[in-house]
Amino acid sequence: MMSMADLVAKADGGSTHGPTLWNWPFPSLDVLNKACPAIPPSRDFTHGIESGFMAIRGGLRTVVDPLTQPLSWMLNDMLWLMTQTPWWIVIPVLMAITWVVTRSWRLVAFVLISIALLAFINHYTAAMETLAIIFVCAFICVLLGVPIGIAMSRSDRLQRIVIPILDMLQTLPPFVYLIPLIFLFSVTEPKLYGIAIILYAIVPVVRLTDLGIRLVDRDVIEAADAFGMTKRQKLFGVQIPLALPNIMAGVNQTIMMSLAMVVIASLVSAPGLGVLVLRGIRSLELGVGLVAGFGIVILAILLDRVTKASLARIDTSNSRG
Amino acid sequence: MTKNIKASIRHLYKIFGADPEAALERVKAGMGKPELLETSNHVLGLQDINVDIREGEITVIMGLSGSGKSTLIRHLNRLIEPTAGEVLVNGENILDWKEPQLRQLRRETMSMVFQKFALLPHRTVLENTGMALATRGIKKADFEAEANKWLERVGLGGNGGQYPHQLSGGMQQRVGIARALTSNSEIMLMDEAFSALDPLIRTDMQSLLLELQDELHKTIVFITHDLDEALKLADHLVILNDGSVIQQDEPQAILLNPADPYIEDFVADINRARVLRVRSIMSEGAPEGEVAGEVDLNDNLESVIAKAEGALDRRYRVLRKGAPVGSVAMPAIMRALVPRRSSGETAKR
Repeated sequence: MMSMADLVAKADGGSTHGPTLWNWPFPSLDVLNKACPAIPPSRDFTHGIESGFMAIRGGLRTVVDPLTQPLSWMLNDMLWLMTQTPWWIVIPVLMAITWVVTRSWRLVAFVLISIALLAFINHYTAAMETLAIIFVCAFICVLLGVPIGIAMSRSDRLQRIVIPILDMLQTLPPFVYLIPLIFLFSVTEPKLYGIAIILYAIVPVVRLTDLGIRLVDRDVIEAADAFGMTKRQKLFGVQIPLALPNIMAGVNQTIMMSLAMVVIASLVSAPGLGVLVLRGIRSLELGVGLVAGFGIVILAILLDRVTKASLARIDTSNSRG
Repeated sequence: MTKNIKASIRHLYKIFGADPEAALERVKAGMGKPELLETSNHVLGLQDINVDIREGEITVIMGLSGSGKSTLIRHLNRLIEPTAGEVLVNGENILDWKEPQLRQLRRETMSMVFQKFALLPHRTVLENTGMALATRGIKKADFEAEANKWLERVGLGGNGGQYPHQLSGGMQQRVGIARALTSNSEIMLMDEAFSALDPLIRTDMQSLLLELQDELHKTIVFITHDLDEALKLADHLVILNDGSVIQQDEPQAILLNPADPYIEDFVADINRARVLRVRSIMSEGAPEGEVAGEVDLNDNLESVIAKAEGALDRRYRVLRKGAPVGSVAMPAIMRALVPRRSSGETAKR
């Protein structure tokens, strides 16, 4: 039986003075491995994760690949649509959408001016690519997030399971999402960044849908029950309409988060303004990076104002005194 | 009066807590509410409730907050499930019913008016009024006429297109009543329907309800914490305290014969001259001696005293629909004005 100090002394190759109390090493895997090779170093542990992942990679691919293929198609089609359609059609269409959801001439003018400004400094295509990715990803976030939120609001158990997952998705550094995805798909596939953006941006819409439905006035729900509404009538006739302001606030947050992620996703071949920012960093082209960053700020303001204005419109038509 | 019994509650218990069944055993073995709370952390909500609700009458369930009255009314349409007991509606125990039957009960047989109105804020007044019909699957175009008729009846004829938040509290509750009436249900449950309103508006609403009841003869269960309101509306008054019924009877009878000191205290501050009616204290048969005049069966004592100008030696003939049915003497009226106190209580004031 050797003491810890002897073990460490042996590991140091029998140097004359052993460790003092001051620089006593923590008995970590690597330290123990030096003393006794039977104990694996911690790189073996991360190797284990790698080979484990590689072992299930094939199976995971056969399941996830076809499931997510529509995302690639949608992204490709939307990118094609937004960049190949002539600017004199795209800009009026965007203005028309703004008018429909906000009914505000000021915002329509704002949309025109900001896009014209970006186009004038030759960032039009990049901006449209970024917008295309955001439209597709935010749409899918809402498509998946609202039903998940509704299901969570109806079952406390599901809520207890989902909330930690949402917390994790929200706190993981965005780059970390990319690591397993790079192994799973080839870097040229659009769904790679699509999935990363959706995972990152879906959190607020799920959370706020759940919250919104849970916050619906209990008295009103009781009245709906007392008049014999079915669960379905209650959901579509009472809960969703009354939760709509909160759901829309979630959609706004989701759009803003997709915009943040789309820049990071340019590391894995997402086109758009993010690529220019990346070029600015990689080849130290200060101007290119800053101007593209400024373009992202403009898009952010634009998306935020438009969604907030449509939210305000829902709020007033739905106000509770 | 032998009216049909529309709904009745039989041996109803409600216990709140983790294991109500076990707690029920203990309550049936004689454990009281404070003990139960202390020993097993269960709340005894309702204890052995038996109430008959007669057709075409207003049954008022009265109690202070925490007495279990709101819990009780929610058992009638099973918004709350009892721990034990039966709830019979038209002779059938609704606790045996499955979801679809229960839904039909809520859609067609019972409607409810809430303390906080509980209108749908995103629907117009008209759509709210037709809520029961819309829930049954009737299109707006088809229920519009019916809904408008009842809005008109509660005095909100022109407000159909507005949203609830544009109306005052009193008007919102009128919509609540119109909503219950539009469902054309036989039974109306009113849970502290007027408690959130200003006193003046509350009086208006009480009169509106009595007026509607004169015409429609619904079976109404009305919950309140206000004794004046209870006495004004009730055909049958149920007094609830700490989850049990302590007395139920015609309100006049409760005033004249309170069952225990709790009720005596309760009714002590009531203006008895205005609430008590000649019929409750008259003696039957022809009056002895000479009479000073005639009074109706349903006149209150206040009006008789006014008629007698305070003199105590008068005697009146009592008429029902113009035919003499008995007599009442001033001393009897004066006696009835003094609340009966149990012997232990007399020293208190």
